[in-house]
Amino acid sequence: MTGINWFKYAAPQTFFHLSGKWIPVLGWIAFFLAIAGLYIGFFIAPTDFQQGEAYRIIFIHVPAAWMSMVIYLAMAFWAAIGLVFNTRLSAMMALALAPTGALFTALALITGSFWGKPTWGTWWVWDARLTSELILLFLYVGFIALHASIDNPQRADRAAAIIAIVGALNVPIIYFSVQWWNTLHQGASINVASAPKMAVTMLIGMLVMTLASWAYSVAVALFRVRCIILERERHAAWVNDLKEVKS
Amino acid sequence: MQWNSFADFLSMGGYAVYVWSSFGLTILALIWEVAALRLRKSKAIKQIKQADAWAKRRVER
Repeated sequence: MTGINWFKYAAPQTFFHLSGKWIPVLGWIAFFLAIAGLYIGFFIAPTDFQQGEAYRIIFIHVPAAWMSMVIYLAMAFWAAIGLVFNTRLSAMMALALAPTGALFTALALITGSFWGKPTWGTWWVWDARLTSELILLFLYVGFIALHASIDNPQRADRAAAIIAIVGALNVPIIYFSVQWWNTLHQGASINVASAPKMAVTMLIGMLVMTLASWAYSVAVALFRVRCIILERERHAAWVNDLKEVKS
Repeated sequence: MQWNSFADFLSMGGYAVYVWSSFGLTILALIWEVAALRLRKSKAIKQIKQADAWAKRRVER
Protein backbone atom coordinates (compact mmCIF):
# COMPACT_ATOMS: atom_id res chain seq x y z
CA MET A 1 0.00 0.00 0.00
CA THR A 2 2.75 2.41 0.97
CA GLY A 3 4.83 2.10 -2.19
CA ILE A 4 2.12 3.20 -4.60
CA ASN A 5 0.54 6.60 -4.58
CA TRP A 6 -3.04 5.67 -5.41
CA PHE A 7 -4.14 9.26 -5.67
CA LYS A 8 -1.84 9.70 -8.61
CA TYR A 9 -4.20 7.54 -10.66
CA ALA A 10 -7.16 9.49 -9.36
CA ALA A 11 -5.94 12.56 -11.23
CA PRO A 12 -7.90 12.87 -14.49
CA GLN A 13 -4.73 13.73 -16.42
CA THR A 14 -2.84 10.55 -15.46
CA PHE A 15 -5.95 8.47 -15.88
CA PHE A 16 -6.66 9.87 -19.33
CA HIS A 17 -3.30 8.70 -20.66
CA LEU A 18 -3.37 5.35 -18.89
CA SER A 19 -6.90 4.44 -19.98
CA GLY A 20 -6.13 5.40 -23.58
CA LYS A 21 -3.67 2.51 -23.73
CA TRP A 22 -6.10 -0.02 -22.24
CA ILE A 23 -9.15 0.63 -24.41
CA PRO A 24 -7.90 -0.96 -27.68
CA VAL A 25 -6.55 -3.99 -25.77
CA LEU A 26 -9.85 -4.55 -23.97
CA GLY A 27 -11.79 -3.92 -27.17
CA TRP A 28 -9.94 -6.65 -29.06
CA ILE A 29 -10.23 -9.05 -26.11
CA ALA A 30 -13.99 -8.46 -26.10
CA PHE A 31 -14.20 -8.98 -29.86
CA PHE A 32 -12.33 -12.29 -29.94
CA LEU A 33 -14.04 -13.63 -26.83
CA ALA A 34 -17.42 -12.80 -28.38
CA ILE A 35 -16.49 -14.66 -31.59
CA ALA A 36 -15.35 -17.68 -29.54
CA GLY A 37 -18.43 -17.51 -27.30
CA LEU A 38 -20.83 -17.32 -30.26
CA TYR A 39 -19.05 -20.22 -31.95
CA ILE A 40 -19.38 -22.37 -28.82
CA GLY A 41 -22.97 -21.23 -28.31
CA PHE A 42 -24.17 -21.94 -31.84
CA PHE A 43 -21.99 -24.81 -33.03
CA ILE A 44 -20.74 -26.79 -30.04
CA ALA A 45 -23.42 -26.47 -27.36
CA PRO A 46 -26.14 -29.10 -27.84
CA THR A 47 -29.86 -28.51 -28.37
CA ASP A 48 -31.81 -28.23 -25.11
CA PHE A 49 -34.13 -31.20 -24.64
CA GLN A 50 -36.94 -29.05 -23.21
CA GLN A 51 -36.65 -25.70 -24.95
CA GLY A 52 -35.17 -26.74 -28.32
CA GLU A 53 -33.07 -24.08 -30.03
CA ALA A 54 -34.88 -21.17 -28.34
CA TYR A 55 -32.65 -21.63 -25.31
CA ARG A 56 -29.67 -20.28 -27.32
CA ILE A 57 -30.88 -16.81 -26.35
CA ILE A 58 -29.23 -17.69 -23.01
CA PHE A 59 -25.82 -16.84 -24.50
CA ILE A 60 -26.80 -13.20 -24.72
CA HIS A 61 -29.56 -12.93 -22.12
CA VAL A 62 -27.66 -14.20 -19.08
CA PRO A 63 -24.44 -12.21 -19.71
CA ALA A 64 -26.55 -9.07 -20.30
CA ALA A 65 -28.53 -9.64 -17.10
CA TRP A 66 -25.36 -10.28 -15.08
CA MET A 67 -23.72 -7.15 -16.48
CA SER A 68 -26.81 -5.09 -15.66
CA MET A 69 -26.35 -5.98 -11.97
CA VAL A 70 -22.54 -5.91 -11.84
CA ILE A 71 -22.37 -2.53 -13.56
CA TYR A 72 -24.96 -1.15 -11.15
CA LEU A 73 -22.89 -2.27 -8.16
CA ALA A 74 -19.73 -0.79 -9.73
CA MET A 75 -21.61 2.46 -10.38
CA ALA A 76 -22.88 2.61 -6.79
CA PHE A 77 -19.36 1.83 -5.53
CA TRP A 78 -17.75 4.69 -7.48
CA ALA A 79 -20.60 7.03 -6.59
CA ALA A 80 -20.06 6.24 -2.89
CA ILE A 81 -16.28 6.72 -3.16
CA GLY A 82 -16.86 10.03 -4.90
CA LEU A 83 -19.31 11.11 -2.23
CA VAL A 84 -17.03 10.17 0.69
CA PHE A 85 -13.60 11.19 -0.62
CA ASN A 86 -14.74 13.92 -2.99
CA THR A 87 -12.51 12.57 -5.75
CA ARG A 88 -13.42 13.99 -9.14
CA LEU A 89 -12.64 10.89 -11.13
CA SER A 90 -14.81 8.52 -9.04
CA ALA A 91 -17.97 10.45 -9.78
CA MET A 92 -17.06 10.58 -13.47
CA MET A 93 -16.59 6.81 -13.39
CA ALA A 94 -20.07 6.32 -11.93
CA LEU A 95 -21.54 8.59 -14.59
CA ALA A 96 -19.66 6.74 -17.34
CA LEU A 97 -20.98 3.34 -16.24
CA ALA A 98 -24.67 4.32 -16.15
CA PRO A 99 -25.51 4.35 -19.90
CA THR A 100 -23.79 1.00 -20.52
CA GLY A 101 -25.55 -0.49 -17.50
CA ALA A 102 -28.89 0.83 -18.74
CA LEU A 103 -28.20 -0.62 -22.19
CA PHE A 104 -27.45 -4.08 -20.78
CA THR A 105 -30.56 -3.89 -18.59
CA ALA A 106 -32.71 -3.05 -21.61
CA LEU A 107 -31.08 -5.87 -23.59
CA ALA A 108 -31.65 -8.33 -20.74
CA LEU A 109 -35.34 -7.35 -20.63
CA ILE A 110 -35.84 -7.46 -24.40
CA THR A 111 -33.94 -10.70 -25.04
CA GLY A 112 -35.80 -12.10 -22.04
CA SER A 113 -39.12 -11.35 -23.66
CA PHE A 114 -37.89 -12.88 -26.94
CA TRP A 115 -37.20 -15.97 -24.87
CA GLY A 116 -40.39 -15.79 -22.84
CA LYS A 117 -42.71 -15.64 -25.86
CA PRO A 118 -41.81 -19.10 -27.28
CA THR A 119 -41.20 -20.82 -23.92
CA TRP A 120 -43.83 -19.28 -21.62
CA GLY A 121 -46.24 -18.09 -24.31
CA THR A 122 -46.05 -14.46 -23.19
CA TRP A 123 -43.75 -11.48 -23.76
CA TRP A 124 -44.06 -10.22 -20.22
CA VAL A 125 -45.34 -11.18 -16.78
CA TRP A 126 -45.25 -9.12 -13.60
CA ASP A 127 -43.26 -11.65 -11.65
CA ALA A 128 -40.58 -10.70 -9.11
CA ARG A 129 -37.56 -11.25 -11.36
CA LEU A 130 -38.89 -9.30 -14.32
CA THR A 131 -40.36 -6.50 -12.23
CA SER A 132 -37.22 -5.95 -10.17
CA GLU A 133 -35.11 -5.91 -13.35
CA LEU A 134 -37.46 -3.31 -14.82
CA ILE A 135 -36.99 -1.23 -11.64
CA LEU A 136 -33.23 -1.50 -12.23
CA LEU A 137 -33.72 0.09 -15.65
CA PHE A 138 -35.72 2.92 -14.03
CA LEU A 139 -32.93 3.42 -11.46
CA TYR A 140 -30.36 3.79 -14.23
CA VAL A 141 -32.60 6.19 -16.15
CA GLY A 142 -33.32 8.12 -12.93
CA PHE A 143 -29.61 8.40 -12.18
CA ILE A 144 -28.82 9.71 -15.68
CA ALA A 145 -31.81 12.07 -15.78
CA LEU A 146 -31.16 13.53 -12.33
CA HIS A 147 -27.51 14.10 -13.17
CA ALA A 148 -28.45 15.80 -16.43
CA SER A 149 -30.99 18.06 -14.72
CA ILE A 150 -28.45 19.74 -12.41
CA ASP A 151 -26.13 22.23 -14.10
CA ASN A 152 -23.31 22.24 -11.56
CA PRO A 153 -21.35 18.98 -12.16
CA GLN A 154 -20.22 18.58 -8.54
CA ARG A 155 -23.75 19.02 -7.19
CA ALA A 156 -25.10 16.71 -9.87
CA ASP A 157 -22.51 14.07 -8.88
CA ARG A 158 -23.58 14.23 -5.23
CA ALA A 159 -27.32 14.13 -5.88
CA ALA A 160 -27.07 11.27 -8.38
CA ALA A 161 -24.76 9.35 -6.03
CA ILE A 162 -27.61 9.11 -3.50
CA ILE A 163 -29.89 7.42 -6.06
CA ALA A 164 -27.09 5.05 -7.06
CA ILE A 165 -26.35 4.03 -3.46
CA VAL A 166 -29.96 3.64 -2.30
CA GLY A 167 -30.86 1.80 -5.53
CA ALA A 168 -28.12 -0.77 -4.91
CA LEU A 169 -30.60 -2.39 -2.52
CA ASN A 170 -32.49 -3.57 -5.59
CA VAL A 171 -29.60 -5.72 -6.86
CA PRO A 172 -29.80 -8.48 -4.21
CA ILE A 173 -33.59 -8.37 -4.64
CA ILE A 174 -33.17 -9.17 -8.34
CA TYR A 175 -30.59 -11.84 -7.65
CA PHE A 176 -32.57 -13.70 -4.97
CA SER A 177 -36.04 -13.03 -6.42
CA VAL A 178 -36.18 -16.49 -7.98
CA GLN A 179 -35.61 -18.03 -4.54
CA TRP A 180 -37.68 -15.70 -2.40
CA TRP A 181 -40.78 -15.70 -4.56
CA ASN A 182 -42.52 -18.18 -6.79
CA THR A 183 -41.60 -16.82 -10.18
CA LEU A 184 -42.32 -17.88 -13.73
CA HIS A 185 -38.67 -17.08 -14.42
CA GLN A 186 -36.49 -20.16 -14.07
CA GLY A 187 -34.04 -20.45 -11.19
CA ALA A 188 -30.35 -19.61 -11.36
CA SER A 189 -28.42 -21.60 -13.99
CA ILE A 190 -25.27 -21.39 -11.93
CA ASN A 191 -25.19 -21.61 -8.17
CA VAL A 192 -22.27 -21.44 -5.79
CA ALA A 193 -23.74 -24.20 -3.63
CA SER A 194 -24.52 -26.83 -6.27
CA ALA A 195 -23.30 -28.20 -9.58
CA PRO A 196 -24.56 -26.36 -12.69
CA LYS A 197 -27.83 -27.69 -14.05
CA MET A 198 -26.70 -27.56 -17.66
CA ALA A 199 -24.36 -29.19 -20.19
CA VAL A 200 -20.71 -28.23 -19.77
CA THR A 201 -20.44 -26.76 -23.28
CA MET A 202 -23.51 -24.57 -22.64
CA LEU A 203 -21.90 -23.35 -19.44
CA ILE A 204 -18.57 -22.60 -21.14
CA GLY A 205 -20.31 -20.69 -23.94
CA MET A 206 -22.17 -18.62 -21.39
CA LEU A 207 -19.04 -17.89 -19.37
CA VAL A 208 -17.02 -16.90 -22.45
CA MET A 209 -19.82 -14.54 -23.51
CA THR A 210 -19.85 -13.11 -20.00
CA LEU A 211 -16.09 -12.44 -20.11
CA ALA A 212 -16.57 -10.75 -23.49
CA SER A 213 -19.29 -8.56 -21.96
CA TRP A 214 -16.98 -7.64 -19.08
CA ALA A 215 -14.17 -6.61 -21.44
CA TYR A 216 -16.62 -4.67 -23.61
CA SER A 217 -18.16 -2.89 -20.63
CA VAL A 218 -14.82 -1.84 -19.15
CA ALA A 219 -13.56 -0.61 -22.54
CA VAL A 220 -16.72 1.38 -23.24
CA ALA A 221 -16.88 2.82 -19.72
CA LEU A 222 -13.23 3.93 -19.95
CA PHE A 223 -13.95 5.50 -23.32
CA ARG A 224 -16.89 7.39 -21.84
CA VAL A 225 -14.85 8.55 -18.83
CA ARG A 226 -12.34 10.02 -21.27
CA CYS A 227 -15.14 11.90 -23.03
CA ILE A 228 -16.41 13.22 -19.70
CA ILE A 229 -12.88 14.29 -18.71
CA LEU A 230 -12.49 16.17 -22.02
CA GLU A 231 -15.84 17.88 -21.51
CA ARG A 232 -15.30 18.84 -17.89
CA GLU A 233 -11.62 19.71 -17.96
CA ARG A 234 -11.68 21.51 -21.30
CA HIS A 235 -10.23 24.67 -19.72
CA ALA A 236 -7.27 22.84 -18.16
CA ALA A 237 -3.85 23.43 -19.73
CA TRP A 238 -3.01 19.73 -20.11
CA VAL A 239 -6.13 19.17 -22.24
CA ASN A 240 -4.91 21.77 -24.72
CA ASP A 241 -1.55 20.00 -24.94
CA LEU A 242 -3.08 16.63 -25.89
CA LYS A 243 -1.95 15.29 -29.24
CA GLU A 244 -5.60 14.76 -30.26
CA VAL A 245 -6.18 18.49 -29.78
CA LYS A 246 -2.89 19.62 -31.33
CA SER A 247 -3.31 17.69 -34.58
CA MET B 1 -22.46 -30.09 -34.56
CA GLN B 2 -26.24 -30.21 -34.72
CA TRP B 3 -26.92 -28.48 -38.03
CA ASN B 4 -27.46 -30.49 -41.22
CA SER B 5 -27.31 -27.47 -43.52
CA PHE B 6 -27.00 -23.70 -43.48
CA ALA B 7 -30.77 -23.37 -43.92
CA ASP B 8 -31.22 -25.66 -40.94
CA PHE B 9 -28.92 -23.39 -38.91
CA LEU B 10 -30.82 -20.27 -39.96
CA SER B 11 -34.20 -21.76 -39.05
CA MET B 12 -33.04 -22.39 -35.44
CA GLY B 13 -35.47 -25.26 -35.03
CA GLY B 14 -38.40 -22.93 -35.76
CA TYR B 15 -37.29 -20.25 -33.30
CA ALA B 16 -35.42 -18.14 -35.88
CA VAL B 17 -37.43 -14.96 -35.21
CA TYR B 18 -36.72 -15.00 -31.47
CA VAL B 19 -33.09 -16.12 -31.55
CA TRP B 20 -31.94 -13.89 -34.42
CA SER B 21 -33.88 -10.88 -33.14
CA SER B 22 -32.14 -11.21 -29.77
CA PHE B 23 -28.64 -11.47 -31.20
CA GLY B 24 -29.21 -8.95 -34.00
CA LEU B 25 -30.62 -6.34 -31.66
CA THR B 26 -27.75 -6.79 -29.20
CA ILE B 27 -25.10 -6.41 -31.91
CA LEU B 28 -26.83 -3.31 -33.30
CA ALA B 29 -27.06 -1.79 -29.81
CA LEU B 30 -23.38 -2.32 -29.11
CA ILE B 31 -22.31 -0.91 -32.49
CA TRP B 32 -24.56 2.08 -31.87
CA GLU B 33 -23.05 2.67 -28.43
CA VAL B 34 -19.47 2.63 -29.74
CA ALA B 35 -20.38 4.90 -32.69
CA ALA B 36 -22.15 7.37 -30.38
CA LEU B 37 -19.12 7.48 -28.09
CA ARG B 38 -16.71 8.14 -30.96
CA LEU B 39 -18.94 11.00 -32.08
CA ARG B 40 -19.03 12.36 -28.52
CA LYS B 41 -15.24 12.30 -28.29
CA SER B 42 -14.70 14.07 -31.61
CA LYS B 43 -17.28 16.69 -30.60
CA ALA B 44 -15.48 17.30 -27.30
CA ILE B 45 -12.13 17.68 -29.08
CA LYS B 46 -13.65 20.00 -31.66
CA GLN B 47 -15.02 22.18 -28.88
CA ILE B 48 -11.62 22.35 -27.15
CA LYS B 49 -9.96 23.30 -30.44
CA GLN B 50 -12.50 26.07 -31.03
CA ALA B 51 -12.01 27.49 -27.54
CA ASP B 52 -8.25 27.29 -28.04
CA ALA B 53 -8.43 29.18 -31.34
CA TRP B 54 -10.59 31.84 -29.70
CA ALA B 55 -8.13 32.32 -26.87
CA LYS B 56 -5.22 32.64 -29.29
CA ARG B 57 -7.03 35.21 -31.40
CA ARG B 58 -7.71 37.25 -28.30
CA VAL B 59 -4.01 37.20 -27.36
CA GLU B 60 -3.01 38.36 -30.87
CA ARG B 61 -5.31 41.36 -30.62
